[in-house]
Amino acid sequence: MSEADNQSEADNQSEATTKSRPAPELIYQTTLTSGHHWSLPIRRGYSLSMQVVSGQTNVGMLFYNPTLLHEKYNAPDTLKCQHTFQLSAGNCLYSDMGRIFCSVVEDSFGGHDTVCGNLNAQQVAERWAGRHYQSQRNEWAQNGYDSFVTELAKYGLSGRHMAGNINWFSHVAVDEAGNMALSDKSAAGTHVTLRFEMDTLVLLHTCPHPMDMSETYPNAETAFTITRAAPVEASDPCLNHCEENRRGFRNNALYHMEPAYD
Amino acid sequence: MIEESLLAPADAIFQATVDAGEYFIHTLRAGQVFRIVDLEGNQAADTLFYNANDVAERYCANNTIRAQGNIYLTTDSVLKTNLDNNLLQIVADTCGRHDTLGGACATESNTVRYDLEKRTMHACRDSWMLAIQEQPQYGLDKDDITHNINFFMNVPVTTDGKLTFADGISAPGKYVELQALMDTVVLISNCPQLNNPCNGYNPTPIEILVWDGNTN
Repeated sequence: MSEADNQSEADNQSEATTKSRPAPELIYQTTLTSGHHWSLPIRRGYSLSMQVVSGQTNVGMLFYNPTLLHEKYNAPDTLKCQHTFQLSAGNCLYSDMGRIFCSVVEDSFGGHDTVCGNLNAQQVAERWAGRHYQSQRNEWAQNGYDSFVTELAKYGLSGRHMAGNINWFSHVAVDEAGNMALSDKSAAGTHVTLRFEMDTLVLLHTCPHPMDMSETYPNAETAFTITRAAPVEASDPCLNHCEENRRGFRNNALYHMEPAYD
Repeated sequence: MIEESLLAPADAIFQATVDAGEYFIHTLRAGQVFRIVDLEGNQAADTLFYNANDVAERYCANNTIRAQGNIYLTTDSVLKTNLDNNLLQIVADTCGRHDTLGGACATESNTVRYDLEKRTMHACRDSWMLAIQEQPQYGLDKDDITHNINFFMNVPVTTDGKLTFADGISAPGKYVELQALMDTVVLISNCPQLNNPCNGYNPTPIEILVWDGNTN
């Protein structure tokens, strides 16, 4: 290796260590109010950030493999692989095939619920008001179950394919006897960012959490931002959160026919 | 809550012993009472339930724990479907607590939990996959294999939100008994897991008994 090459390599290293990481490339941003649903495939290497703009937000979410639709989010595997009852920064969200759909790379909330599921139309009607588009228009009292079956149908799926979902921005505490309580809800500015580790079909709704006993149907606003994510590095906090996640990332590497990170 | 049954095994209309690593599938008529006995203790019976008249309606752990406001299943727990209807009720329980958060073991999740090279070790979800292939008359497919109950399994949630797999609280002869509130298909994998304490590292047989409702 010539002196000039050595010098050039040193310059590159210096550049690499001093250059700040570029700001994530913004792809799309939107906001949803309560009682709405949406779905889209998010590609590997992109991030979805959710931020509470106002009100008591709950975001129900499900994941499917868009090319192998029978592969879906599995809450029990996600929880037991990481020895947790709730989802926070560092956690990975697993499919029933041992792969990681996405990682929680940022979270200012801490302890999101993934065991309470959704309300259905009858439960929303009993608690607040029946859903009636004619009178309610865009503020209709939609429910999580019907939101998900509506989105599932767009991909040839049905309620039979509905797994237990995540409820972002809702915290459920459990006491020693196993009694559950919705103990924390969202505040404006609270945010969570998911980095997708494989191509993922994302289904989401902004309908109320099943344990929300508010006097009125929620009226919240949530911002959704899609950006290009920085590449996963060997020191990544989600990869290194636990031995199980390192093995989950190895399963993803095998799925992508790539060498593992570690 | 510990509650003993008044039913006598001699009056049962159906009896089966299910070895570890095998599946069991059976249709209960509404009103029938169904008992699972942990014959040798510390054995997890991974169980799914379906509406026998429309298997798209099935046991839903989320609706069940939310409706009772508690994550553990025991006497008086009503098992809810994904459509929020009442499917079965636990009518007797000498174990005291059953898990419905931990899900079933699978060869795929075993790679994450233990080692990629354990991918071929037998697992509950594989028993269910074989069941749906061998028993097509029930109309079940892979998407019906979901979030189950682990009878006799102890998975405490700590007050700081950790999920722990603890030694079993079951013992030889402990049982749980359920009454079907609609015609119900029962699908059990008697858990073959060798990598954690859910079976005391020693998977053992369970016994199934069924009584007609009018004897209850």
